[in-house]
Amino acid sequence: MSATVTSPRGLRARGAGLSSTAIVYLVLLGAIVIGAILTATAGRNFFSSGNISAILTATSILGLVAIGQTLVILVGSLDLSVPYVVSLSSLVGGTMMAGQTGNIVPAVLVTVGVAAAIGLANGLIVSQLHVHGFIATLGVGLIVSGYLGTNYKGSAGSAPGAFRAIDETKIGPVPVSVLIMVAFAALAILLLQRTRIGHHMYAVGGSPEVARLSGLRTSPPVVVAHVLCSVMSALAGLLLLSRLSVGSPTIGSQGGYDLLSIAAVVLGGTLLAGGRGGILGTLGGVAIFAVMDSTMGALQVNPFLKDVVRGVIIIAAVAVYARRNLQVRPARFSAQEAR
Amino acid sequence: MTTTTPDRPDPAGRELPAHARPLGARLAAGAATPGGAVYVLVAVLLVSIIISNPNFGDPSSLIRFAGRTAPIAIAAMGQYYVIVSGEFDLSMGAVVTTQVIIAGNMAGESAGQVVPVLVLMLLVGVLVGLVNGLATTLLRVPSFIVTLGTMLALFGIVRYVAGVAPAGNPVDEFRQIGRGGIEGVPVVEVVPYPLIIVVVLAALAAYSMRRPFGRALVAAGDNSEAARLGGTSVWWIKTRAFIISSLSASVAGIILVGYAGGRAVGEGYEFSAITAVVVGGVVLGGGRGWVLSAAAGAYALELLFVLLTVLEVPSTWRPSVQGLIIILAVAASARVWQVGRRAATVPDPDRSGPGHPTQPIPGTHEGEKR
Repeated sequence: MSATVTSPRGLRARGAGLSSTAIVYLVLLGAIVIGAILTATAGRNFFSSGNISAILTATSILGLVAIGQTLVILVGSLDLSVPYVVSLSSLVGGTMMAGQTGNIVPAVLVTVGVAAAIGLANGLIVSQLHVHGFIATLGVGLIVSGYLGTNYKGSAGSAPGAFRAIDETKIGPVPVSVLIMVAFAALAILLLQRTRIGHHMYAVGGSPEVARLSGLRTSPPVVVAHVLCSVMSALAGLLLLSRLSVGSPTIGSQGGYDLLSIAAVVLGGTLLAGGRGGILGTLGGVAIFAVMDSTMGALQVNPFLKDVVRGVIIIAAVAVYARRNLQVRPARFSAQEAR
Repeated sequence: MTTTTPDRPDPAGRELPAHARPLGARLAAGAATPGGAVYVLVAVLLVSIIISNPNFGDPSSLIRFAGRTAPIAIAAMGQYYVIVSGEFDLSMGAVVTTQVIIAGNMAGESAGQVVPVLVLMLLVGVLVGLVNGLATTLLRVPSFIVTLGTMLALFGIVRYVAGVAPAGNPVDEFRQIGRGGIEGVPVVEVVPYPLIIVVVLAALAAYSMRRPFGRALVAAGDNSEAARLGGTSVWWIKTRAFIISSLSASVAGIILVGYAGGRAVGEGYEFSAITAVVVGGVVLGGGRGWVLSAAAGAYALELLFVLLTVLEVPSTWRPSVQGLIIILAVAASARVWQVGRRAATVPDPDRSGPGHPTQPIPGTHEGEKR
């Protein structure tokens, strides 16, 4: 989908065909086929509704975080504060709800507001102080982590039954949490494809200088992307709260959501340098991770070896994309013009 | 890079602008750059710690502190090579852990194993650096992703091989590298081996940055296309930077074996090293900054933590202070490098707008275009 927006016209003309999103989904299809075969050899059914819904559930939280991370990476920044925002959100949400159904709505609103403020700080530091996204979000993440470490010694808060139901309810084999994730993915796609700020995100990510010379204000897209990324992380934290029913100060860093979400975004074909890619690819990347995990789980692969496989696959996948990008990029000038 | 330019007149016969002024003025100008300001920061922190806790000013306790901080300073210098070439090395912490585990499991019995195990550890370091470098340069995978992948893979392998059992303790001879020192020195009592290692490595690093290798590395970080057109084989230069980075993490690991043998030793080391480099005024994105400032950045950070302890700030706030410091350091240096650069060049009428540093994110671009 993003190919229509971002890829040069020459790509089609040369018949190079597949958009990067299509490749991601071909890889996903391959992963599913291989996963199904391997799972069958272990004597289990990959397509059983239990397994399908387990895989889908695994996508929901990383999916939400990765949607936000995609926006931030598209504008040419990064967000390493994600895990701490996830933890903070689960705690703020959990302590405000305190087991009372009536508190759900205000708790969710406050949590999202706190996260938005953190995202605003990230965005302003990146765009106004010209601090590198890596350092800005690492720094803000550390600040939040110090706050968490000082004020929360362990799990805190509790989610009322009505809130826990969000994670437990399923429609057929599809958990509601996944539907929530997909709904936000759809909103993010609409934002990128149909709104001015979405197009500006691609422009600023592609080249901030060219965007500026073209008359865009380059700060708003960066700030909006960071705010949305933190809000998505807050939603992921709330989802974790509804799953575990308590908030935890370490849940985000244990999940490694910062680096994993970046890996999922890149696996989904979005350029880490910004400006090219999209949400659909990211969802594919998240799904590839989930299918891999499920398959290795069925084969009872040592959990530590899973990390090795993940690491190798991330590098290999990006190597393939990098090669492909180079091949299909048309010459900007003919040899004559260049002279 | 003005102050590290070799002292020689340029072909036109006039003196280079950086050398037109007396030494004092040049030192003052150097201290005003982020790479020089870190030394001022170290001095200020040191003085404020000694004022609030005079015991720290004791030569023997100062030198012990210097020895204790050596591993992170060494790691920071290694990370500097990668960062100044415009890349990232996130695998550093995993390398440190790997080396600590190797030492714990293989150098357990006799002193005769120390040297072979040391050689093995350094070879592992070279291998990891080579993989990182070649994947970044030849496969053109962004170094952020490559080193993230090697980080995951190394942590996974180490934990798989080492199992859940705690790592064994290496022989005492091995631990002496990190723990021991030359005893009976006047004034300071003991000179820790780690301090000697960091001084030797710092001298080597400063020398290497004045060699063609160092010049080409900075050039490649500033503008790899221009460096390539200028005849540098950028892929090999950057690969060597990754090897140096992994080797420095290995040396840090060798020293850390003396302190602890746990599996959590290396975790987060890459972020600490990057923080130190950044506090040292080195610009992420490449092409700016000095190697010794990176080491000074490590000392500044550790001094800051000492100061927090002296002031009895709860240790749980440490990450917050660290976060605040790196944001401030980078925000300040983004401004100052820019100002310094503008003053040094002839005013350019075509220069449009405030010219803020929209540096590319290091390590996020395709590796090398060869």
